[in-house]
Amino acid sequence: MSLTTDHSRAVADGAHSHSFGQGVVPAGSRAERLTSFDLADIPVPTGREEEWRFSPVARLQPLFAAELGTDGVTVEVVPAPEVKVETVDRDDARLGTAGKPGDRTAVTAWNAFAQSTVVTIPAEAVASEVTAVRVSGVSKDATAAHLLIHAERFSEAVVVVDHVGDALLTETVEIVVDEGAHLTVVSVQDWADGAVHASSHRSSVGRDGRLKHVVVTFGGDVVRITPDASFTGEGAEVEMDGLYFADTDQHQEHRLFVDHGQPRCKSRVTYKGALQGVGAHAVWVGDVLIQHHAEGTDTYELNRNLVLSDGARADSVPNLEIETGEIEGAGHASATGRFDDEQLFYLQSRGIPEADARRLVVRGFFAELIEQIGVPAVQDRLLASIEAELEKSMSVITGEA
Amino acid sequence: MSTLEIRDLHVSVETKEGAKPILRGVDLTIASGETHAIMGPNGSGKSTLASALAGHPKYTVTSGTVTLDGQDVLAMTVDERARAGLFLAMQYPVEVPGVSVANFLRTAKTAITGEAPKLRTWGKEVKGAMENLRIDPAFGERSVNEGFSGGEKKRHEILQLELFKPHFAILDETDSGLDVDALRIVSEGVNRAKETTDVGVLLITHYTRILRYIKPDFVHVFVDGRIAEEGGPELAERLENEGYDRFVGTGATMA
Repeated sequence: MSLTTDHSRAVADGAHSHSFGQGVVPAGSRAERLTSFDLADIPVPTGREEEWRFSPVARLQPLFAAELGTDGVTVEVVPAPEVKVETVDRDDARLGTAGKPGDRTAVTAWNAFAQSTVVTIPAEAVASEVTAVRVSGVSKDATAAHLLIHAERFSEAVVVVDHVGDALLTETVEIVVDEGAHLTVVSVQDWADGAVHASSHRSSVGRDGRLKHVVVTFGGDVVRITPDASFTGEGAEVEMDGLYFADTDQHQEHRLFVDHGQPRCKSRVTYKGALQGVGAHAVWVGDVLIQHHAEGTDTYELNRNLVLSDGARADSVPNLEIETGEIEGAGHASATGRFDDEQLFYLQSRGIPEADARRLVVRGFFAELIEQIGVPAVQDRLLASIEAELEKSMSVITGEA
Repeated sequence: MSTLEIRDLHVSVETKEGAKPILRGVDLTIASGETHAIMGPNGSGKSTLASALAGHPKYTVTSGTVTLDGQDVLAMTVDERARAGLFLAMQYPVEVPGVSVANFLRTAKTAITGEAPKLRTWGKEVKGAMENLRIDPAFGERSVNEGFSGGEKKRHEILQLELFKPHFAILDETDSGLDVDALRIVSEGVNRAKETTDVGVLLITHYTRILRYIKPDFVHVFVDGRIAEEGGPELAERLENEGYDRFVGTGATMA
């Protein structure tokens, strides 16, 4: 097993905060990272680039191609009664407003999609039910897909995007939160074993808007998600939560970027993952940029990994770039730990068999984060999925079939 | 009526320099309803005895036997020992984030008795036991030992003793770090367990203070990994006055 926590290694399990002038300058500054809608600007990666250095580029190769199909997945939406769903052509003016692609799979997704699903929560509407979007893999042809979720001013809604089946998919999820709207988006990657999925989530949140963005990754061969969040007005807030469970030979990568370009906005990032089995690899990169005019910014990001067995690897890299000293707070914490033998001993000494004790500890590890999601239907599903992962895991951990 | 027998027990702990012997031949027999106090200076091996009996993986039994009514305790896993009726109240109870006290108690009780406790009676039982130990009912929703004060952790250990009803309870320095009020509450809990379940108690302590609340039938003085002297409650009084000096001669006192 190897544990990598980059500079956070220095604080084995501690949190620390940065103030102006002490920020760690990351290897690739987000302030200077190229973003573009043009394929020619963002070449096929070699794997040596900062944003690809942890990724299995060979397995992602089909999604780097300029030409991609659009038929490998189907998209079905079951909207709340208050919510509007459309399928629009790629020239629709509403598309492409939440930021530009920042890496190769994001730019290939943008260039190849033909039509987009658009989910709109009309102004001041309060959705009475969850809106369910289901992206199903139907073939292994490399495919591009595009989804826009738009919460108009003062609306409120929960949208859950499920990814199931087997697919080779590069996807864009645009999320636009207008003034004062409250939107929760949950993206669940529950793919079959062989799926390869790259997804660029680009969010923009308007004045006093609130976005809760939740990523849940269980299935697939390679899943690489890059949630970006930016602000278009003051007083906005994003909460970005993630939960992942990497099994044998699975690569699960979550690269976040919160761009504080407006004053008095708040961001909270909490990602937690468990890993089990040889070749299980989780990557978490959390970039936060506080621009020079973003006074009053309040940001904190946290990543925790729980390594349940030998042969798994977790990389965890928080980065803060701070261009102003006039902030409320900026901090991050990262820790990757092995299963705690003392916890196990305590529970076993109360008669609880080892396998059950491990289950309790893993459930406990995720419990707080799941409660934080605040959508009961999603929480119940997550608990069930974790149970299913744990069922799988017991054979890995105990060596029993 | 149960009997816990420890015979010529030798235990080592793994260190960087290799295996280091801690217990050097412990002999002790405890019967149901009896309370044995094990006293001794720091480093004498008292807590090692507690951990080794519970099966902590850090300790290796190099020779000797431990039997519970003839059953080989040393051949059992940690959880099997607990289900056989051994309970260890730990000196430093471990935090288990995200696992609520209520869930933990129910899960453990189910494991120990082999069936889930009846919902209604169990709820009442837990509530009553918590009241007796002056534990706020809101504790049920908190994560096990997380953010508990030292006194709260110890009361939570004794809560388990009362609810799990073991045949033998090993109390590893349960009194350390407690103020007088907490010491009294915890001692009352142990005494209730003795009265209601006839539990045999192995009370490990550095101080005689707790023995004013929990009356031992036997006192064993532990020095350098074995029992150096045994007697009745009067031995504790003598230690109170004289300290451990005559056993170790290095100025260790009762503090």
